[in-house]
Amino acid sequence: MSGAQAERLRRFEMAPVRGVWRHELALFKRYWTSQSFASMVEPTFFLLCFGYGFGSMVAVIGDYRYLDFVATGVVGTAALFTSVFPGMFNGYIRRVFQHTYDAMLAAPVDVHELVTAEASWIAAKSAVYSCTPLIVALFFGLDPSFGMLLVPVATFFTALGFGLFGMWTSSVVPSINSFDYVITGVVTPLFLIAGTFFPVDALPAWAETASKLNPLYHCVQLVRHMVFGIRPLADLGHLAVLAAFAALMWTIAVRGMRRRLID
Amino acid sequence: MTLQRAPEEVGAGSAAAISLRGVVKRFGGFTAVDGLDLEVPSGICLGLLGPNGAGKSTTMKMLTAQAVPTEGTIEVLGFPVPRESKRARAAMGVVPQQDNLDEELTARENLEVFAHLYRVPRKERRGAVDDALAIAHLTERQGTKVDDLSGGMRRRLLIARGLVHRPRLVLLDEPTVGLDPQVRAELWGLIDGLRAQGTTVLMSTHYIEEAERLADECALMSHGRVIARGTPAELVGEYAGERVVEHYGPPDRLAEVERLARGAGLPTRRTGPSVSVLKAETIAPSLADELGADGVRRAANLEDVFVVLTGESVE
Repeated sequence: MSGAQAERLRRFEMAPVRGVWRHELALFKRYWTSQSFASMVEPTFFLLCFGYGFGSMVAVIGDYRYLDFVATGVVGTAALFTSVFPGMFNGYIRRVFQHTYDAMLAAPVDVHELVTAEASWIAAKSAVYSCTPLIVALFFGLDPSFGMLLVPVATFFTALGFGLFGMWTSSVVPSINSFDYVITGVVTPLFLIAGTFFPVDALPAWAETASKLNPLYHCVQLVRHMVFGIRPLADLGHLAVLAAFAALMWTIAVRGMRRRLID
Repeated sequence: MTLQRAPEEVGAGSAAAISLRGVVKRFGGFTAVDGLDLEVPSGICLGLLGPNGAGKSTTMKMLTAQAVPTEGTIEVLGFPVPRESKRARAAMGVVPQQDNLDEELTARENLEVFAHLYRVPRKERRGAVDDALAIAHLTERQGTKVDDLSGGMRRRLLIARGLVHRPRLVLLDEPTVGLDPQVRAELWGLIDGLRAQGTTVLMSTHYIEEAERLADECALMSHGRVIARGTPAELVGEYAGERVVEHYGPPDRLAEVERLARGAGLPTRRTGPSVSVLKAETIAPSLADELGADGVRRAANLEDVFVVLTGESVE
């Protein structure tokens, strides 16, 4: 080992990240068909139900056709669900049941690299899959726009934050059953008051304020603007909130996982 | 077997592959490792013996910085641990007690992931994985999911995973626990092959036979520290002597044999339905008469040493 290489081993490195991604890729080869099926079919159902069913009562919200409003909102919920659940369940199962993380940490991998690798994989995958509602919506009459190409940026940061949030909760819960508290107590309200199915200004003032603290609200706003027209200043603000959320979650996820994995 | 060792690394200041000095590890009020001193010279196979709870697994975890010592200093391949443990981990292989292979992946994929994690250069990766499969005799089964491999195959794969980067030092934590005798014998051949090629091996075990067959030296651990150290023959000679006489009988008779032998300063141990009197070659004729002629003679072994030094009752 050369001196330079030895030096590099001390800090954050890409080699362990690539190794963890190699593991994820091998697993992904086995489940990509089912995940792809779900990610296309679920938004189709949402758009059929809400777009046609609910949309028959509510034709427009603000400047948007209701179906377009929902389609962009569902991008946010997809980013939430395809990141927070893998973060929680993979984080717990691989640490507690499969001992995958113990195996990796016996190799030259540190906890912060492991967490970064797992979360960035989740975020990258989620960033792509979260866009499927827009593709489905194109068939329901959504007008294509160049801004749509930016949507993966918004969903990546959203999924990074929620994936790390999931990993953090996996280091906190005493058993896998305790995820019920997280799902019902945290994930469901986040999903409901994010301006996905109705605008948050329809909520009572306190709930509207609370929704502004919800990172998913900022994701949904950002996605709508990317699809229907960028508002540079506001959108930089939304992106900054998502990035700050991800940074905060990274800090507590690394700390939580280190506490559990290193005696 | 086509295992080659990695080129010698810089940073290996001392000759010892592993060195622990005054290491203490407490979990709350419980002390798992209690002032452990242990040196493992390069190139040997050291058997770490001890009953359950002696601190063997905690010691193994501290060597990879998966546990941080409360006190004391640890050096692995010349690198201070945990401060530079990542460099130490890059140069050593670890075979854990608990099977933590990924069951959903194939044998080959499991090795490929670790070839990445161990930074095997891209050009050499395929060859390294092929070699590791060959060591584990799994070349034919490389495309099989781990879930569908037998217990023995899984353990061979687990060992091969720790060798995929051709480490200079291998930690084996109870490598053959729970396996058939045939599979154990096969793994012993594999481990012996490593040592023959100059790889340093630290192997924890509570199978005495395993240590007797494989280890150049043994360190016997009890209550978190090393209480005896030497080659298996030295340990047997020092603590159990050359020969042992086993006396069978009802409980009263066994207690009587124990009392007589201990009165003469001879160590004894219960061996199921009998009492073994160790160092039998030193029994004086008068004591031999008292003990009676019903004794069965056998050679002293490492198990006698183990029981005499770590106590008869299991905690």
